[in-house]
Amino acid sequence: MSVLIYIDQAEGQIKKSSFEAASYGAKLAEQTGTTAEALVLGNVSDDLSALGKYGIKKVHHVADAQLDHLDAQLFIKVIAEAAAASQADIIVLSANVNGKAIAPGLSARLKSGLVAGAVALPDTSNGFVVKKGVFSGKAFANIRINSPIKIISLTPNAFTPVLGEGVAEVAPFTATIEAPKVKVTATNKVKGQIPLSEAELVISGGRGLKGPENWGMIEELAQLLGAATACSRAVADAHWRPHHEHVGQTGGSIAPNLYFAVGISGAIQHLAGVNRSKTIVVINKDPEAPFFKAADYGIVGDAFEVMPKIIEAVKKLKGK
Amino acid sequence: MKILVCISKTPDTTAKIAFADNNTKFAADGVQWIINPYDEWYALVRAIELKEKDPSTIIHLINVGGADADPIIRKALALGGDEAIRVNTDSTDSFTIASQIANVAREGGYELIFTGKETIDYNGSSIGGMVAELLDMPFVSLATKFELAGNMATITREIEGGEEVAEVNIPVVVSCQKGMAEQRIPNMKGIMGARTKPLKVVEPAAVEALTSIERFELPPAKAGVKLVSPDNPEELVRLLHEEAKLF
Ligand SMILES: Cc1cc2nc3c(=O)[nH]c(=O)nc-3n(C[C@H](O)[C@H](O)[C@H](O)COP(=O)(O)OP(=O)(O)OC[C@H]3O[C@@H](n4cnc5c(N)ncnc54)[C@H](O)[C@@H]3O)c2cc1C
Ligand SMILES: Nc1ncnc2c1ncn2[C@@H]1O[C@H](COP(=O)(O)O)[C@@H](O)[C@H]1O
Repeated sequence: MSVLIYIDQAEGQIKKSSFEAASYGAKLAEQTGTTAEALVLGNVSDDLSALGKYGIKKVHHVADAQLDHLDAQLFIKVIAEAAAASQADIIVLSANVNGKAIAPGLSARLKSGLVAGAVALPDTSNGFVVKKGVFSGKAFANIRINSPIKIISLTPNAFTPVLGEGVAEVAPFTATIEAPKVKVTATNKVKGQIPLSEAELVISGGRGLKGPENWGMIEELAQLLGAATACSRAVADAHWRPHHEHVGQTGGSIAPNLYFAVGISGAIQHLAGVNRSKTIVVINKDPEAPFFKAADYGIVGDAFEVMPKIIEAVKKLKGK
Repeated sequence: MKILVCISKTPDTTAKIAFADNNTKFAADGVQWIINPYDEWYALVRAIELKEKDPSTIIHLINVGGADADPIIRKALALGGDEAIRVNTDSTDSFTIASQIANVAREGGYELIFTGKETIDYNGSSIGGMVAELLDMPFVSLATKFELAGNMATITREIEGGEEVAEVNIPVVVSCQKGMAEQRIPNMKGIMGARTKPLKVVEPAAVEALTSIERFELPPAKAGVKLVSPDNPEELVRLLHEEAKLF
């Protein structure tokens, strides 16, 4: 028996969300009295033995260039082979973009129950029950998995990795690799920016900012803090900001440590994408803005007066 | 070409979320039901656009659910599907739903199967990937663009911090999100026409659920907002630094 954790990478680097999955899987192995093993697909530049720090005992690595890009069908077959080889009874992945593509198919292939988007370790006191977010962050459901093999995809930013001292054994794993049917022909990443889904701090703007020309203060604060930028749907729809920044019910769903909302009313559909954030700060000139009800800190004031002072104070704090 | 669009029924985005029967069921009283926004705005509308380009295209809609889903299926037909199939069973287990869809799809011989990115109630983001695996078809998830030339689909999908373009031969299963298409409103002709379009009800195949919902819970209430004076925004920075320890 083992817990097998699928480690996702992009351009040879392990994603932050996969370190969270590694640590979660290792804790789960401890809880169930088994060992945590990891599976890495494709070429990587990171030192895989360092996964030991997250509690991984053994890393299976399939260093095949055909696995550098995602073809869900192919990845599922390889993960299923590795799961069989390591006799995994629990498989953990991050519910990041690739995890969302892989986990369901793996569940169907292995006829094994999946909880997609777990937010906590399972309760194993009576069976196997995993908590996940439902109703777009407005509630949680505790889901029982009834099959012998259990699959969990972990919501990014929901579990803080626990770091230790270990060094993992790294071993090549030989899997049957068919030619991928999905061929990636181009990758367009926004250079130099922190991906919204992985960001711990997020600065976000709404229609209260009046126009795209006023986004300088959002970007400056984000840059000072190493934060990502986001926006409301109204802003993305008006083409003031790119669509990938749109958060909410019909946009991205995020759970950063800080969500800093400027000039956003806090409509229920907006909240649906951000209400799992650990701390919410709201700057809005309307004391009745619904966002204040979901906020931890707030200023009732004009963003154009308040934001420059906030930026100055952060600069001072950072010694800039 | 034949396209299958998976349509689910979800509570309206402003619905009050509450639970009944000892927190084991969603309290549906007075809730207004809608087509899951991703299914309607992106999956269905993109399928309709493909049909507008190639009128020989046939669009089938599928829903796995009870008769209470019929109104939203009719609305989807009003937007543009040719015919709908409802598999008459209620389930919250993704594998059960996906298996029912796969059974219908196997018979139908579809070249494209579109789903939404996720349902806004159960947020599984799972059905599409499961259907693809059950049918042994490629799966491209979180698509923001979809183009078809002959048998070759060119699909743009979300990755962390950007997008990726992928090519794949049909048949393929695609989960759709913002960018694929623009929301449409059904017109009178569509609404009238939808009344006579076929809505076939089929009985489910026996499938054993892999998961079951034990109980729901609501998040703990927020302690309330700590307001800082607009004359002293520096205080907010201090609180975030010293009290919340965010930076
Ligand atoms: C089915 C459905 C799905 C939806 N999905 C989403 C979604 O995913 N994400 C999303 O964001 N929305 C979504 N919406 C839209 C949502 O209902 C709101 O319309 C939208 O969030 C409003 O954006 P906003 O807060 O930026 O703009 P507004 O509602 O116009 O609010 C602007 C705010 O800025 C404040 N303001 C104005 N001037 C200043 C100033 N100088 N300083 C400080 N504050 C100021 C105002 O007081 C106001 O509160 C959805 C709607 C529907 C029906
Ligand atoms: N009961 C259902 N009937 C038909 N399609 C569904 C059903 N549930 C989910 N889907 C489709 O699968 C997508 C993803 O759903 P989910 O995996 O539940 O997040 C939805 O956007 C729909 O397109």
